[in-house]
Amino acid sequence: MTSKEIYERLEPIIINYLPEDVAPKEVNKSSDLTRELNINSAHLVDIVLDIEDVFNIEFKNEDMEQLRSIDDAILLIQQKISV
Amino acid sequence: MRKRVVITGLGVVAPNGVGVTAFSEAIKNGVSGIAFFPELRDLNFSCQLGAKPHISEDKKREYLSELQLRNFNSSSILYGVIAGMDALKDAKIEPANPKEEPLWDLGIIFGSGTSGVEKFREAIYKIDDKNVRRLGSTSVAQTMTSGVSAYLGGLIGAGNTVTANSSACATGTEALLLGYDHIANGKAKYMLCGSTSDSGPYLWGGFDAMKVTTYKFNDAPNKVAGPMSAEASGFVPGSGAGAYFLESLESAQKRGATIYAEILGGAVNNGGQRGGGSMTAPNSAAVQKCIKDALVNANVTGDEIDYINGHLTATIKDPDEIENWSLALNRRGAEFPYINSLKGMVGHCLAASGSIEIVSAMLQLQEDFIFPNVNCENLHPEIDALIASEKIPRQLRKSTLQTIAKASFGFGDVNACVIFKKI
Repeated sequence: MTSKEIYERLEPIIINYLPEDVAPKEVNKSSDLTRELNINSAHLVDIVLDIEDVFNIEFKNEDMEQLRSIDDAILLIQQKISV
Repeated sequence: MRKRVVITGLGVVAPNGVGVTAFSEAIKNGVSGIAFFPELRDLNFSCQLGAKPHISEDKKREYLSELQLRNFNSSSILYGVIAGMDALKDAKIEPANPKEEPLWDLGIIFGSGTSGVEKFREAIYKIDDKNVRRLGSTSVAQTMTSGVSAYLGGLIGAGNTVTANSSACATGTEALLLGYDHIANGKAKYMLCGSTSDSGPYLWGGFDAMKVTTYKFNDAPNKVAGPMSAEASGFVPGSGAGAYFLESLESAQKRGATIYAEILGGAVNNGGQRGGGSMTAPNSAAVQKCIKDALVNANVTGDEIDYINGHLTATIKDPDEIENWSLALNRRGAEFPYINSLKGMVGHCLAASGSIEIVSAMLQLQEDFIFPNVNCENLHPEIDALIASEKIPRQLRKSTLQTIAKASFGFGDVNACVIFKKI
């Protein structure tokens, strides 16, 4: 799966967790989830669960620590899918 | 100098009406919110009746965002949020602007018995399935006792005390008195108080097992023998939320707010599970003391009480409650004030009972009526011997009320009594 294909499936997941004052169009591949998109850090675990369901993969605690931006998520997803 | 405290906003989510207007109409007309639940039959409940507010998906979205409703499964928080936000709106107070500071002078005391039992059930299944990581982030906020006050605190931007009290079926009445003290002592300008209770089998089951609910009317939900009736055989479990907005009289007058009533005072005590009291039954001496202490605190005599909004659950304890009121007020027969119980219409809303019933009391005071005590054609003989039958209106009664009393009693031998006056 290309990073573009992954992003297309990832973007709608992220949009669900945007606070009301952040518009979906502000989301891009390099967005930092909590600092730039202002997503509540508590929701990172929910985002991971949604990613797991969509891509049929499983994140480990260590993977979670690396998750800061959408690019990080794409990289992690690519690694998991290729295993 | 303690401040005088008034109620300037109401909100209610009741099985027979959501919103103050619908609820007011329902209680005037004796409309029942009690229904048969096939789910309870399928689960082998003895009492297959329940009382649950109807909330549409659209209604939920008026109060909570799509994100907040994601993986949301807590009926008590939903009811509490709707009632609480309605009370704020009724008082014409705006939530804090998201970009600005919290409202430092606005506090919340909103109680519950349990929170999100259905959410808790989801979590337990996942944990037992060795899948704790699948709980996500929403489990704690929806199952913590203070979930309801925390949700309201965020929606409003409250910056004063934000907490949830818990005292079983006295929770709502206790919440009001806690908020009253807070305003009277000058610790907050505004207090949003109330209580909420979950719907459904996982909360109601324990009461079913205790045989305190009725099994006799599963095929006739509109005919359940009501409070104070000779045939009363247990309560129907209910659910919902009630809320009230409190502020000082001075503040309300300055804002030109609508005043439902002044809270003259009240009392909270405990029977200590002594003297006939237990985990589940009240110590009558403590009940009488609570009522008498409330009168003293409010600086009124028993003779001044025009109306009592009873706890009266439609169990074998109803005659005891009437006797306790009679002794505490030192009034009997035709001298006894009017009394009724909402539980015939909405069931026993447990932790939410006190708050929903207080809202009903405020509406009666405001609109000069006494709602009918439904399904009580044959008065319980012990009650009939204590007070005049006409003091328990079975039909809607137009009546100008001035000073009224409300009490709630709960498991743990807790008692709470509050005195209101129209101003």
